[in-house]
Amino acid sequence: MTVLLQGGSCHRDIITIEDVSFSYEQKQVISGLNVSVKERDFVGLIGSNGAGKTTLLKMIVGLLKPDQGKISLFGEPVSRFKHWERIGYVPQKNAFNPLFPATVREVVLSGLYGRSKLFSRVTKAEASKAEDAMLAMSIEDLADKRIGQLSGGQQQRVFLAKALINNPALLILDEPTVGIDAETQENFFHMIRHMHQRHNITFLMVSHDMEWVRSYLGQEPIQMNGKLRFYVKHSHELENCVENDLTHSLKDLRKSMDRRASFVF
Amino acid sequence: MEIIASEFFQRALLGGFLIGITAPVMGLFLVLRRLSMIGDTLAHVSIAGVALGFLINVFPIGVGLLFAIAASFAIEKLRKAYKSYAELSIAIIMSGGVALASLFFTMGRGFNVNVSSYLFGSIYTLGNEDLLVIGIVTIIVLAAVKIHFKELFLLTFDEDAAAVNGLPVKYFNIMISILTALVISASIKIVGALLVSALLTIPAACSLIIARSFKQTIITVVLIAELAVMAGLMIAGVWNLAPGGTIVMLLIFMLILLLLAKRGFKI
Repeated sequence: MTVLLQGGSCHRDIITIEDVSFSYEQKQVISGLNVSVKERDFVGLIGSNGAGKTTLLKMIVGLLKPDQGKISLFGEPVSRFKHWERIGYVPQKNAFNPLFPATVREVVLSGLYGRSKLFSRVTKAEASKAEDAMLAMSIEDLADKRIGQLSGGQQQRVFLAKALINNPALLILDEPTVGIDAETQENFFHMIRHMHQRHNITFLMVSHDMEWVRSYLGQEPIQMNGKLRFYVKHSHELENCVENDLTHSLKDLRKSMDRRASFVF
Repeated sequence: MEIIASEFFQRALLGGFLIGITAPVMGLFLVLRRLSMIGDTLAHVSIAGVALGFLINVFPIGVGLLFAIAASFAIEKLRKAYKSYAELSIAIIMSGGVALASLFFTMGRGFNVNVSSYLFGSIYTLGNEDLLVIGIVTIIVLAAVKIHFKELFLLTFDEDAAAVNGLPVKYFNIMISILTALVISASIKIVGALLVSALLTIPAACSLIIARSFKQTIITVVLIAELAVMAGLMIAGVWNLAPGGTIVMLLIFMLILLLLAKRGFKI
């Protein structure tokens, strides 16, 4: 099912950063930052180590408080924001312990365990969401494998499935391709681009991959702050606002890529 | 052999059975959050509480529990003060607890207290009120884990992602600390304060080798702990040994067997 939305309705504010500063001890990392991310924008965040990329992400998702300024999500201040299920978050791969004793299915399903679902049990509908997300990411055969036994690329797909299980409106990716081989990276970016073109998802991605960021988001950063550079593809550069079933479309993508026979990542 | 039929031994068996469920489950969450040493630290501090309890003649295990809870908060505070050297806080609190315990015990030298039974465990000292405490602690811990299973999973898997998912991480951290303090205080009389952390951590170490899923891991830690506790108590009863020692040696024995078996399968 595809629903076309009228022009103006796809320009909601997703992330609004107003005059935000942050420093560690004496070192100022971010100063007077102003950024406005609209619905379906794709923001690539680039910067050397210590430039404040992860700091900024942490402030956006409320893990760190800015020294100064204000950050809003979906028009609400982060501190009062409640709809975390609208945000998919893919952390850096090294954030988890490969020895962790959980299966792929358990990890994917845990994407549903937010505040809104406290005290509830896993329902059949939720379980089938997990199956859909795994199918979309081509990891259904790995469902009962222990997460630590998977390759880096496979683990990354597990985390993506976990982030996508709620059909998020905003997807935050923290260096998603670190430690993954070149071909797998290429497939990963192909899928990300497909998701951005075809779905009502806003992207915020920290990346080291200058080449891809420039080729998709444009040669020049649209904003700089200290050592941070923001590359943005605005939603108005896309054809129209679409909203459809994400996992369904990812399954289509998967079929088309299976035909290309290179979706082995 | 008639010791096994005796009332105090039956009490020890029942108490051991209950902590054989709760201790390894809480221990699993600690190990997965890389906080294995917390159990040991809280146990050392709770000895100080036990000693004070004897000194002022108030239910020693209860005072031990209060000390353990206070210590868990102190560790959190100190962890924040030394952010990048968080284990410093554990070292400080642990030695502080033992120092305090030694002071209290030497102040109460005149009392007829068998210190070693608190350090290494005993099958003789478990009273009915201790059994009641263990029962209540078991109910609380099992209820909390059952109700919050999903949240605990998310928290142990990736704390940051859990926070982004909207989980009140601070509340759950406090909950884990308090539940751990409860379990440790309940276990001290049987396993002993010096050895209780083995009952928390070694079953987790074993199950990390064999279990595939998180659910399997939880079942495995309980099975391994029960095996060690029941057999350990029997051996301790029959040969009149400290049960803490027999239980922990059995746990280590099982761990070595599993490690060897895993190697054997791989070759």
